[in-house]
Amino acid sequence: MTSLFLNSRWPGLALLTVVVMALPAILPNAFYVDVAIRIAILAINGIALNLLMGYTGQISLGHAGFFGLGAYGSAVLTSHFGVPALLALLASAAFTAVIAYGVGRVILRLRGHYLAMATLGLGIIVSIVLTNEAAWTGGPDGMAVDGFTLFGFTPSGERQWYWVFAVLLVGTVVLAQNLIDSPAGRALQALHGSETAAAVAGISVRQRKIAVFVLSATVSAVLGSLTAHYSGYVNPGLAGFLQSVELVIIVVLGGMASIYGSVFGAVIMGVLPQVLAGYEGWDSVAFGVIMAAAMIFLPRGVVPSLTAWLRSPNRRRGEGAAC
Amino acid sequence: MMFVKKAMGTVCAAVMTVLVGQSPMPVQAADTVKIGSVLSLTGGAATLGDPELKTLQMYVEEANKTGGLLGRRIELVHYDDGSEPAKANGLIKRLLEDDKVDMLIGGTTTGASMAIYPLVEKAKIPFISLAGATVIAEPAKTWMFKISHHDRMVGEKVMADMKARGITSIGMLSDTSGYGQSARKEMQAVAQRLGVTIAVDETFNTKDTDVTAQLAKMKNNPAVKAIFVVSFGQGAIVATKNIAQLGITLPHYQAHGSASKEYIRLAGAAAEGVRLPAPALMVAAELPDNDPQKQISLDYAAAYEARYKTDLSPFGAYTRDAFFLWADAVKRAGGFDKAKVRDAIESTKGLAGTCGIVTMSAGDHLGLDVSAFKLVTVKNGAFVLAD
Repeated sequence: MTSLFLNSRWPGLALLTVVVMALPAILPNAFYVDVAIRIAILAINGIALNLLMGYTGQISLGHAGFFGLGAYGSAVLTSHFGVPALLALLASAAFTAVIAYGVGRVILRLRGHYLAMATLGLGIIVSIVLTNEAAWTGGPDGMAVDGFTLFGFTPSGERQWYWVFAVLLVGTVVLAQNLIDSPAGRALQALHGSETAAAVAGISVRQRKIAVFVLSATVSAVLGSLTAHYSGYVNPGLAGFLQSVELVIIVVLGGMASIYGSVFGAVIMGVLPQVLAGYEGWDSVAFGVIMAAAMIFLPRGVVPSLTAWLRSPNRRRGEGAAC
Repeated sequence: MMFVKKAMGTVCAAVMTVLVGQSPMPVQAADTVKIGSVLSLTGGAATLGDPELKTLQMYVEEANKTGGLLGRRIELVHYDDGSEPAKANGLIKRLLEDDKVDMLIGGTTTGASMAIYPLVEKAKIPFISLAGATVIAEPAKTWMFKISHHDRMVGEKVMADMKARGITSIGMLSDTSGYGQSARKEMQAVAQRLGVTIAVDETFNTKDTDVTAQLAKMKNNPAVKAIFVVSFGQGAIVATKNIAQLGITLPHYQAHGSASKEYIRLAGAAAEGVRLPAPALMVAAELPDNDPQKQISLDYAAAYEARYKTDLSPFGAYTRDAFFLWADAVKRAGGFDKAKVRDAIESTKGLAGTCGIVTMSAGDHLGLDVSAFKLVTVKNGAFVLAD
């Protein structure tokens, strides 16, 4: 029974869908719905980064930069040029994809620490441009963003936006799982294991890396656009280094190469600061202790470690890719 | 250990909330009124947020000791935005939806205040911002009020003094922060209006540890008859020290962000002779006895320094004025109805505070004019009136 549950992807998806459907009914007020939305945003971003980091093994410390490009792309195009929101979203996503392709071609030749440094630089450059081009972006104080109208419907209020992000989250999970189980996804995991072996097996290592980099960046850009419309306000902080680090934490804490791991990581990163907000001064300490404890006791990430533990009585090997 | 227990309790409460759908907070008795506050207690603006919170806590406690406001106990709910405007935007939802506050005071930075404002307008709740940029109150926004002087007034005060001393051509050094960029634009406009030429217009990053390159350009340009540094905190101190190191003897002006004892202490002898606009608070003892700001300022300084054993800062003073602006409006409105309190704040007339005498109107949500500033100079390590 357990092994059936753990090895099929349907029960997990069903559980996620039920939770997502049921949440609005039990969340008492708009603040909680807002927290849920922010968790969904973190989860989708986490999944996008996990495809790159967890499955393909290419670290990115500048991923929030792509999120920021999407957010600012939509903000600038809709406010300064009066472009319809949907068109602005698509244009920002396309622009981000082109940037990611151009940059990816160069920096994905690097490996390990060098790749980490290059992506770090990329994220910081985006954040500096957003800060300094004040005439377009409003500078460090940020700028306001109008609502999002799609086919005559404008989501307003947390509860309507909730469904937008809920559908997006479930959709991202389904697509990510499909990708991973496809030949392309297996190729990515193969080159994570050993690039040389993957190349010998006939996988075009460089193209695969660039493709997943562009995919991951584009998903984040689309999400950035929607987030900008949802919160009605953007500032350079959302493309900053700390945001990128937060995404890496979500991936690592939840579990590398685990889709639900990223969802779980996002729940932790979304809820913990709110729970700790009342303990001013201690919140950072508690946060650090929890992070360190998770890494010491569940080094593979929470979800993979727990699934491995659940599996062990049935299959004595207790190994294998999670979820 | 107590902390861990408390934290665990909160985690359980939060989980229960999600499961059961009830607020973890006990139901508030009807006889309390809540002030919600999002301040920058950590991060880049922490030196501003810290005195702001301390001041707010001090006056809330004091008011509660004497029976609260209109017989209701005041409860302060505050969160730290980490100097991150996007975080302020999230926390304000918590204050509005979950804590159900009656009034908002806060928004340490301009970014945070502007990030908060769309939600404030939707919720129709009065909000007094502590931030500095002109955009907060111009054009006047229905539910937002401003307490600290516009950066434009700084320029007007400084350049009026320059002209009085016969200086019409200056070098300006501004930082690239949100405040510096906004202020620089305002200063350029004021200079043009008052007929002051900015012969050298340089910028620097607030994190720079040396600005001698920019200052050397001013030193070597004969058209520069005075130097005006538009910055605050560390940036202003670095510029002040560099000016002294280069042996520049030109008149040296600073913006109101340097009007704190911290500035004099850290800049040391280099600060001697610097002229800057400051709230009356900084030179309260020198004011004539019939000045309505004098006693208020002395009382605030005494209370703050006695309680926290640290020097007062203008940012705390802004918060003091915000609190009393609200308290005054509540008394005139005769209750806590949000719309009535808003109307009462807007109709404030001649309310003396540490930073000026406030008279608001529908088109003016600051209510101060340039006379709210005193031009001060640093003499023997203290601020004194310049004139």
